[in-house]
Amino acid sequence: VKFDSGVLLLSTHRLIWRDQKNHECCIAIPLSQIVFIEEQAAGIGKSAKIVVHLHPASSNKEPGPFQSSKYSYIKLSFKEHGQIEFYRRLSEEITQRRWESMPTGQTIQVRKDPQAGRIRAVGIVGIERKLEEKRKETDKNISEAFEDLSKLMEKAKEMVELSKSIANKIKEKQGDITEDETIRFKSYLLSMGIANPVTRETYGSGTHYHMQLAKQLAGILQTPLEERGGIMSLTEVYCLVNRARGLELLSPEDLVNACKMLESLKLPLRLRIFDSGVMVIELQSHNEEEMVASALETVSEKGSLTADEFAKLVGMSVLLAKERLLLAEKMGHLCRDDSVEGLRFYPNLFLTQS
Amino acid sequence: LLQAKYKERGTVLAEDQLAQMSKQLDMFKTNLEEFASKHKQEIRKNPEFRVQFQDMCATIGVDPLASGKGFWSEMLGVGDFYYELGVQIIEVCLALKHRNGGLITLEELHQQVLKGRGKFAQDVSQDDLLRAIKKLKVLGNGFGIIPVGGTYLIQSVPAELNMDHTVVLQLAEKKGYVTVSEIRSSLKWETERAKQVLEHLLKEGMAWLDTQAAGEPQYWLPALFTELYSQEITPEEAEAAIP
Repeated sequence: VKFDSGVLLLSTHRLIWRDQKNHECCIAIPLSQIVFIEEQAAGIGKSAKIVVHLHPASSNKEPGPFQSSKYSYIKLSFKEHGQIEFYRRLSEEITQRRWESMPTGQTIQVRKDPQAGRIRAVGIVGIERKLEEKRKETDKNISEAFEDLSKLMEKAKEMVELSKSIANKIKEKQGDITEDETIRFKSYLLSMGIANPVTRETYGSGTHYHMQLAKQLAGILQTPLEERGGIMSLTEVYCLVNRARGLELLSPEDLVNACKMLESLKLPLRLRIFDSGVMVIELQSHNEEEMVASALETVSEKGSLTADEFAKLVGMSVLLAKERLLLAEKMGHLCRDDSVEGLRFYPNLFLTQS
Repeated sequence: LLQAKYKERGTVLAEDQLAQMSKQLDMFKTNLEEFASKHKQEIRKNPEFRVQFQDMCATIGVDPLASGKGFWSEMLGVGDFYYELGVQIIEVCLALKHRNGGLITLEELHQQVLKGRGKFAQDVSQDDLLRAIKKLKVLGNGFGIIPVGGTYLIQSVPAELNMDHTVVLQLAEKKGYVTVSEIRSSLKWETERAKQVLEHLLKEGMAWLDTQAAGEPQYWLPALFTELYSQEITPEEAEAAIP
């Protein structure tokens, strides 16, 4: 079929396809013609599809792209995503059958002629039976998966109960538990994804894994930090590190936890949290307060600057530029002018000129 | 002496339990491996199954996405799926921040992420996005999820948005803009309160002011109207996003 490369639209009454290149070309099928739809998962070299099974065309069908077809179904091929959402929405529309209650511009009559009905049934029954079998098979697979999942969860629940009881014992003993035991316990919690019942943190901070990770990060981030003026936001770090890894990625909590250990492990980087909640990694050698002095110079040269302008001038991310200006303000070097046109910073003349 | 004996007993009990936990953990790991060998594909391909899985974990008090080192992540591969999604979400939000001030609808985010993932990547649902975003909050960049009119606005900047701001956003969701009169009549607020909220949104770049509208000025949310026009991310914007 030569209907390639287009946009598929769903209304309460119809399924419409429009050619992306030739906007004049537009075809539609009333939803009432659909018997059943099913999904075909994507595979290697194959895109995800939805198969739409149709009633035979009624005799008063409007002229369309084909006079007749030997197939009683059409296939919609999703070369570029959207199959999951579209399937869900289409299923909803078919279930709700809103076209029956809502009038349309053109009335599309589907006559329930008993004679024709019987003739239709013969062709459809075969298809429906096959679909029913397939659905039962899929259902069986899904229900087996759910059953297995439930059993697994029961066991996981036991682990959660056990960890709670151990945590209680630890609390009661209050200091009689060895460092080693605590670390062991935390790593068990980490494996299971159980929140530490004592501190309520899910990240088992202080585990060997996070210590190792902290050391790794110190190695990986040295150069990128130097290239970026000694400071990076934690989200930047998250993206950088995970993009480099490709597999076995770090969770956000893994990253935060490892970074919290940087200072205690005496590594050349540290985690810093600004008043706004923004978290950054800095080189130990980086001194944000010194940077503030140079920021003041820059602002003075230009008279005044917004975070955006400053960021562009200095070659920083807007997020960090703003934090630096806010810090300068906190230290008393800059004053703000907060208006609907934006937040603008001026050198604090109250301080310098008295 | 008695006290010391009791203390010792206490130590032994905890040690016992730790040993027991270690054994059970090994057993659980085996069970999980078995489960993974049969159903790992199901989780990868079936978003409804993912939802079920996540809900069940939450019910029993387990977070499968807490750590990449956790069993769930290692054996079922759920971790990589969501953590990578997190990276893609961050990049899209950064690229579009200058247009919408750091607010974007879940729909638009979904569309843009799908585009960025390319043709051969695993399809993702909106539920997947929400779960990934919840995990990103801990990075301190201000990630937040704001319910509006049946869908969600995703915040990706550390701007403070309190209840007042949120409720005005929800009001604006219907038409993409809101006016002071609408706020007064729907929410029964004083003009001053309404203006303060709107000004805050303007300053944060989340709202734009249309003073030429008939009647009174209209405050538009670019997060809401960009969805209608669905513009592509330009190469310059993409550059800005990748560190």
